[in-house]
Amino acid sequence: MAADERPEPDTEAGPGPEMGEVGPSVEAVFRERGLLLAALVRRFGDLDLAEEVASEAIEAALVHWPAGGVPPKPGAWLMTTARRKAVDRLRRDRTYAARLAVLQVEADRAGPAPSADAGDGDGELPDERLQLFFTCAHPALPAEDRVALTLRCLAGLTTPEVARAFLLPPATMAKRIVRAKNKIRQARIPFRVPAADELPERLPGVLQVIYSIFTEGYAASAGPDLQRLDLAEEAIRLARILRRLLPREREVAGLLGLMLLVHARRAARVGGDGALVLLGDQDRGRWDRTMIEEGRGLVVVALTGGPPGLYGVQAAIAALHDEAADVATTDWPQIVALYDVLLALAPSPVVALNRAVAVAMRDGAEAGLALLDELAGEPRLRGYHPYRTARAGLLERLGRHREAAEAYREALATAGTEPERAHLRRRLHSCESATPG
Amino acid sequence: MKYMLLINSAAGGDDAGQGEAATFEEWLAYDKSVRDSGVYVSGESLADLTTATVVRVAASGERTVTDGPFAETREVLGGFYVIDVPDLDVALDWAARCPGSRGGGSVVVRPVAEFD
Repeated sequence: MAADERPEPDTEAGPGPEMGEVGPSVEAVFRERGLLLAALVRRFGDLDLAEEVASEAIEAALVHWPAGGVPPKPGAWLMTTARRKAVDRLRRDRTYAARLAVLQVEADRAGPAPSADAGDGDGELPDERLQLFFTCAHPALPAEDRVALTLRCLAGLTTPEVARAFLLPPATMAKRIVRAKNKIRQARIPFRVPAADELPERLPGVLQVIYSIFTEGYAASAGPDLQRLDLAEEAIRLARILRRLLPREREVAGLLGLMLLVHARRAARVGGDGALVLLGDQDRGRWDRTMIEEGRGLVVVALTGGPPGLYGVQAAIAALHDEAADVATTDWPQIVALYDVLLALAPSPVVALNRAVAVAMRDGAEAGLALLDELAGEPRLRGYHPYRTARAGLLERLGRHREAAEAYREALATAGTEPERAHLRRRLHSCESATPG
Repeated sequence: MKYMLLINSAAGGDDAGQGEAATFEEWLAYDKSVRDSGVYVSGESLADLTTATVVRVAASGERTVTDGPFAETREVLGGFYVIDVPDLDVALDWAARCPGSRGGGSVVVRPVAEFD
């Protein structure tokens, strides 16, 4: 399934149970609601209206298709139905219609519409999702709203689904989505694809939204489950869509590659008891080879034909881990070199921390510890438990169990998920029992 | 759609801003481009904050007039433009081009409310 180009319904959380008996075709269309929504936004320039009539069209499909059969062109059917419902709605509400008419005039003033050339394979609906990606990730929106809106509009999740993914009450999430949509409408954040010269400034924002969905799913920031697979897979699905829409952007390939190369380890990352298994202790036989192969191919794309980008380099590091038979034979010198590139591109204490850990593998725990201690004053690492955990691990390796125990205790004070905490408690006990007196 | 660009300069005068403050020529050039491009609706540059006066009227109708405000605010409104452009992205471009967005200053972009 990993290498499959099209998103498969069976890998996803799936729509509501009422969809079950209607068949895979409706389900597939439902999963591609973003496509319908984007086409409607393009047509009417209004997200609220587009969402309303997209939902109504899908509801109509759920009524008609089981009885009358799925139409030969389901996407076109949904679009026609939605457009009809929009026209009805605008007839009922003259004020709304007048406002939309003004919008349309303004949009024409802003310049010619980008051509809808990127089809979705079946060619029924022009793929207008790119502009929706950029609107949902617009820098004028708060970061958490961008994530929520992207999941809602492009991943096609319902508001309660988005809320559940972030362990928030549905009312809170609903408020957040309404707030974001209000700002889009009232401040008139446009639905448009940035021009080529704007892309370097705007694309990182879109990639950041997708990657934060992934990391949220990969290592839940709080709560009992270490991984929330649904979110990680939604992020991968979104990156696949974006890659189809922007095939020449190497950082999109880098991001998709990075996520695949990390996600390939998911089965080995959690033990039978639900506890975190560190990279070095993972059963590499359980890594997803197909996914790794696809990820490696994307690394090549990401790092060819121009200067390296942040995601491309991170993907290359992940690939080196995935290619190694074990920790001992991992190409640590190359990993350290890639972290040097990463630090030069975007200096950050977190990258410096990861580099220090790689140096410890290349040159020994002592060398890594010295680098970590240099970072001790970094404010961003103060409450960051991976720093404490890494330091504790190196102290333990050096046989300095008393200090290691203390560092594990500090890490436990800030660690988020229960499996991570369980791992830290085990290490702490081990260090304590190795400490005389 | 109309947007107001509220141009804030770093408070405290000479030593407050980071980097070079905009020159008079840069302001002239920006003002000319706003007017020539046809997006200009209105705009004013405000006199120094030390000339400002605050008026408050209590529930009783009593009027209080005070000198100020010389608040602890780190940024001071120095002027504004109202421009008429198709969408927020265009407004943000005009804001980014404004000399007031540099040298430690900032430009706040706010849509003008429409009542209809």
